[in-house]
Amino acid sequence: SSAAMAALRGRAVLAPLGARLRAGPRAPLRSAASGPPLYDVVVSGGGMVGSAMAAVLGHDIHFHDKKIALLEAGPRKEYDHMPDSYSNRVSSISPGSATLLSSCGAWDHVCSLRLKPFRRMQVWDACSEAMIVFEKDDLDDMGYIVENDVIMSALTKQLDAVADRVEVLYRSRAVGYTWPLPSQSCDTSPWVQVQLADGRRLQTKLLIGADGHNSVVRKEAEIKNIEHQYDQSAVVATLHLAEATDNNVAWQRFLPTGPIALLPLSDTASSLVWSTSHDHASELLAMDEESFVDSINSAFWSNINHSDFIDTAGAMFRSAISLLKPSGTAVRQLPPSVAKVDPESRAMFPLGMGHATEYVQQRVALIGDAAHRVHPLAGQGVNLGFGDIACLAHHLSAAAFNGSDLGSLKHLLKFETERQRHNVSLIAATDVLKRLYSTTLTPLVLLRTWGLQATNALPPVKVRI
Amino acid sequence: QLSLFRFTVKRPFSTSHSTVDSKEMKKFQLLAHKWWDEEGEYAALHSMNDIRVPFIRDTLLSMSSNYHLGNPLSGIKILDVGCGGGLLSEPLGRLGASVTGIDPVEDNIRTADRHKSFDPVLAKRIQYKSSSLEEIVEESMETFDVIVASEVVEHVADLETFIKCCSQVLKPEGSLFITTINKTQLSYVLGIVVAEKIMGIVPEGTHEWEKFVPPEELERLLESNGFSVKTVNGMLYNPLSGSWGWMESTSLNYAVHAVKSGAHARSHTTDTPPETDIQQRSATAGTA
Repeated sequence: SSAAMAALRGRAVLAPLGARLRAGPRAPLRSAASGPPLYDVVVSGGGMVGSAMAAVLGHDIHFHDKKIALLEAGPRKEYDHMPDSYSNRVSSISPGSATLLSSCGAWDHVCSLRLKPFRRMQVWDACSEAMIVFEKDDLDDMGYIVENDVIMSALTKQLDAVADRVEVLYRSRAVGYTWPLPSQSCDTSPWVQVQLADGRRLQTKLLIGADGHNSVVRKEAEIKNIEHQYDQSAVVATLHLAEATDNNVAWQRFLPTGPIALLPLSDTASSLVWSTSHDHASELLAMDEESFVDSINSAFWSNINHSDFIDTAGAMFRSAISLLKPSGTAVRQLPPSVAKVDPESRAMFPLGMGHATEYVQQRVALIGDAAHRVHPLAGQGVNLGFGDIACLAHHLSAAAFNGSDLGSLKHLLKFETERQRHNVSLIAATDVLKRLYSTTLTPLVLLRTWGLQATNALPPVKVRI
Repeated sequence: QLSLFRFTVKRPFSTSHSTVDSKEMKKFQLLAHKWWDEEGEYAALHSMNDIRVPFIRDTLLSMSSNYHLGNPLSGIKILDVGCGGGLLSEPLGRLGASVTGIDPVEDNIRTADRHKSFDPVLAKRIQYKSSSLEEIVEESMETFDVIVASEVVEHVADLETFIKCCSQVLKPEGSLFITTINKTQLSYVLGIVVAEKIMGIVPEGTHEWEKFVPPEELERLLESNGFSVKTVNGMLYNPLSGSWGWMESTSLNYAVHAVKSGAHARSHTTDTPPETDIQQRSATAGTA
């Protein structure tokens, strides 16, 4: 009779999620032996976060006998040959993220390709002299500026290394998901059904959505997303400095139109991330290279937005602090000036913020931009995603070692609680900072000036940041 | 020597010494389809996996020398007595063990079979059978490395017969894991009144306080039937968080790990070295 059970046919009843693809009842689910291939984990989205998730799980000891699939809509890219010129899409990688990438063996590859460690971050206001400097007391690196392509190259190599358990499906865009019914009733499959654009089907015990801020997984799971489009776009470019320097400082200045940041790539090159209004961004892209370079230098050097009142108030506050805490004001370094921009390296993309109200559901988890989207001003975007991976992989590894069903809500909720606790405050703070620095109104400028100066003087707060 | 052993022990097992209580069977029949609802009637059993699976896994790991990465229980044959819907069989199967799950209630076995059928790995590793323990004794003498009887002994009709049967189907030096409920005033108040009648943690009527088993009695029965009790640990359920934990006191729920004496030790010769060897190894097992 157990053989009869195994051969039992059942109809996969459609869960009532309004989506254009499910017009009628699906074809009957054949027995496990001949149905769509069943995976333990399917990661949807082959960007930095999705690829890292698959690589970390693939290198986990308790997943050594499991089957993982990574779905990537695009084709496989060959990263064997790194071009001499730098790519304009870079990320600031925190030490924690570097640790995660080491755990799956990818960091070594990154180091052997190229990266730029930085020791110091100087952040200051365009409307006042207020400045805050972050640096570690010991000689450790604060973070690393790495091209996104370099990270992808490293992750692709590490995915190849565990090809026996991780199958990367390129040119495989998921177009629909069918969720299992809540309680284990009768003959319906308990797994998530994934439908690909080319008609192929997969089943999985756990679906991880790493498909970006317009996540299809999130939409199909009907998870509410709090989102807001900023009226800003980010302009990126690869710049060449006027003169070679140690270039181990990351610079960011808050202009009324948005923050402009210079991230070191090498002793002579830096990456630009300039968040500004859509119109201004288009202008920057359209102008000739010389004018573009002039705009950048002027943005960093000009004091046009200062007002006497603010300057005086700021100076008073600073002397007050130095009475209380003599070392409380840091030395202001001067940012490098830019000489040239790499042709063809200018690009822009719109900015927004988003946060999913839930990160998990039965058999589904969201990570990276699918779960949360932030303004680049804090340089945290991809680090939040890597933090999600570290947390989720930890819980999944423990669940696998306990023989648990990987899609069970119990450990997925632990992941959600931990990460929401961590992410929400950072995302909210980033949003507040963005709004606070988008104004020239004197009271707010004074507030943030004093705030920044005070924060600069207070070690405990700085360390936490 | 082995055939003599079979002959002498076979006699008491007439059909009148059944370990299955028909009243108990009826209780579980009604809930046969509720096993896999993680938030339903069996929620507390689902969350018990969080401590009983690591307990079994770590005890067995510390006793064995060949640990398969990613498959900690690979190569181990386990009998899950009173497997119900397969709540414990499945995690053990996922960890690599070959599991045989038996339960006298046919509907439970049907539910268990259906649930495992969707996972090809589990479908191969786990076999379910609707049967009582004594019904499989004859064909399964000394077959299993491990027996797991979790939340079962408080439902059996004749505990001593049950233990004797366990001994028969277990290989020498095999492990027996039992989780059950103590018979104390506290277990009456919390285990029956609060758990069943007030908070509904367990369906009403599931347990009868009279049939609860004090650890001293369980230990006595085990030791006098060829087992050596290695570990006794108290367990506590937190109804607010829905989770289980370990505790010193065994006045409520508790777990036991016992090892069947090896074939040499049974013959009462001066073969003491193997026994002390087991004692030493297992002394560390209990601290897992």
